[in-house]
Amino acid sequence: MSQAIKKVTKPQKRVSFLSDIKRNNFSYMIALPAIIYMFIFSYMAYPYLLLAFQRYDYRNNTIKDIIFHGNWVGLDNFKFFFSSQNVFRVTYNTLFLNILFIITGTVMSVLLALLLNELRCKWFIKSTQSIMLFPNYISWIMVSYILLSLFSTEYGIANQMLTALGKNPVNWYAEPKIWPAILVIMRIWKGAGMNAIIYLAAITGMDSSLNEAAAIDGANRFQIMTKITLPLITPTIVVMTLLSLGKIMYGDFGMIYALVGDNGLLYSTTDIIDTYVFRALRQVGDVSQSTAIGLFQSVIGFVMVYGSNWLARKFYPDGALY
Amino acid sequence: MKKYSWANFFIGLFILLFTLVCFLPMLLTVIVSFTDEMTIMQNGYSFFPEKWSLYAYSLIFKGGSSVVRGYMVSVVVTVIGTVLAIVITGLTGYTLANKNVYYRGALGLYFFIPMVFGSGIVPWYLICTALHLRNNIFALIVPNLLFNVFNMFLVRNFMSGLPDSLRESATIDGANDMIIALKIYFPLALPVLATVGLFYALGYWNDWWNAIMLVEDKNLYPVQYLLLQLKSQISMIRDLQLASGAAIQTPPSESLKMATSVITVGPIVLLYPFLQKYYVKGMVVGSVKG
Repeated sequence: MSQAIKKVTKPQKRVSFLSDIKRNNFSYMIALPAIIYMFIFSYMAYPYLLLAFQRYDYRNNTIKDIIFHGNWVGLDNFKFFFSSQNVFRVTYNTLFLNILFIITGTVMSVLLALLLNELRCKWFIKSTQSIMLFPNYISWIMVSYILLSLFSTEYGIANQMLTALGKNPVNWYAEPKIWPAILVIMRIWKGAGMNAIIYLAAITGMDSSLNEAAAIDGANRFQIMTKITLPLITPTIVVMTLLSLGKIMYGDFGMIYALVGDNGLLYSTTDIIDTYVFRALRQVGDVSQSTAIGLFQSVIGFVMVYGSNWLARKFYPDGALY
Repeated sequence: MKKYSWANFFIGLFILLFTLVCFLPMLLTVIVSFTDEMTIMQNGYSFFPEKWSLYAYSLIFKGGSSVVRGYMVSVVVTVIGTVLAIVITGLTGYTLANKNVYYRGALGLYFFIPMVFGSGIVPWYLICTALHLRNNIFALIVPNLLFNVFNMFLVRNFMSGLPDSLRESATIDGANDMIIALKIYFPLALPVLATVGLFYALGYWNDWWNAIMLVEDKNLYPVQYLLLQLKSQISMIRDLQLASGAAIQTPPSESLKMATSVITVGPIVLLYPFLQKYYVKGMVVGSVKG
């Protein structure tokens, strides 16, 4: 975005900050609520990161206390986290699940977009789209109930089918191995419709003369789809993928906690950094260690965002987010 | 066109299958919520229950139930929060789009930095505690949801796209910044304000993070958080039944759970035409152009 900002800035005489405020007092005044909000919730949060290098004392709650009266312990909090087995598990799960989501989600939504683009029947497209988009709006908690209706051990549809086929019912909520698959399916179920619409918008925004020329040259529909449409939306795919790569260190807490909750049986495959930090804070009450893990996540996350954006800009200059 | 008809058929079939996969689980949840509890106990969840029942809904809507209270909390939080959020976001978006503001680039950077370098939940939690955003309605409205930088940039991009001549001609006619903002820019930006309004509204309605982190008072639980708790707490269902004065038979836990989850979708169904129009447009513009 800073690039975009530079682009629109006309060469202007340098103005001092105070005189700019004086000249545009109304504009600065109306931006004040957001500026204060960001200052309190984002910038004031940075000093608290020092807690990652301290042993937290509940009496030291103000920033001043943390800086001047902190109980400094160096890197002990990080050492503790990294020496426990959890760090490998939660980091692996976070990355593994996110990569799975990115790959399956992209394939499914691009496929849906390409196929929707082939159809001409207006009412069919409209009505299927309306239904496909619905899961995108509901909360993950609601999704967890829908999941329950399918996979509940006693009453779920999945077990009814298994019984009907003469097999033993499965206790789905105690089988960590199948949960990555369940999470992937629910992710696609909830998000693929919306992402397909985004790709579809990219397709319909393209120049159709190429398709027409190819059709005149005798290309069939499948060839047009794979040789023309797909290459043309590849930049969009690359950019969207890189942007999700930038967020790869951040698990979807809302999703995992709503679907898995505090079900310890499933932690081995579903526990991600975000849920781990949440438990460390809420259930164990370990403020310093939670801060340390959060800082670890922020630093790696920052590198990932920066790196992926650099790649996006390299591949496709218009597509970089900032 | 004739030779494409088979291809069209299979493409249509695939889309239809995906749509059904999206639709049927939701339908199942709705059907279960209308199913008699004994039927569920005997046959499990089913698309074609032997016996239907409205008992779960009658329990929910009987006076004094915690679900109704949670619903009211959610409605109040969503309405107040969305209105405030639109105002704050729209005003800031205008400032950043105002080409007379020399330091708007620096201001943009100020908003942008926290987007790429967050500080995790612990500092956030300690700040909320320090501000006494605990166990009150503000704890559900203010933290996290009240201002979203992404939405603000969406508004800014839209307003930056309006022609400069609007501002220039208005200035020549003697309009000041305030009149230009209120009489020209905001009316023109209504579509994008509707979009971010829906983003915010949906964010508030579906939120339970603030509740799980900052609220312990049961009277302040929003409906989504109640729903989360309902999944594991049969005792809450007992309370609900006692409050309604019903004789204790088998607590209708299964259908009651599903009924509660179904009614949380109500406002989304209500707003669906607008969501289809503005929300989707915002998603498309936001993700393709950033």
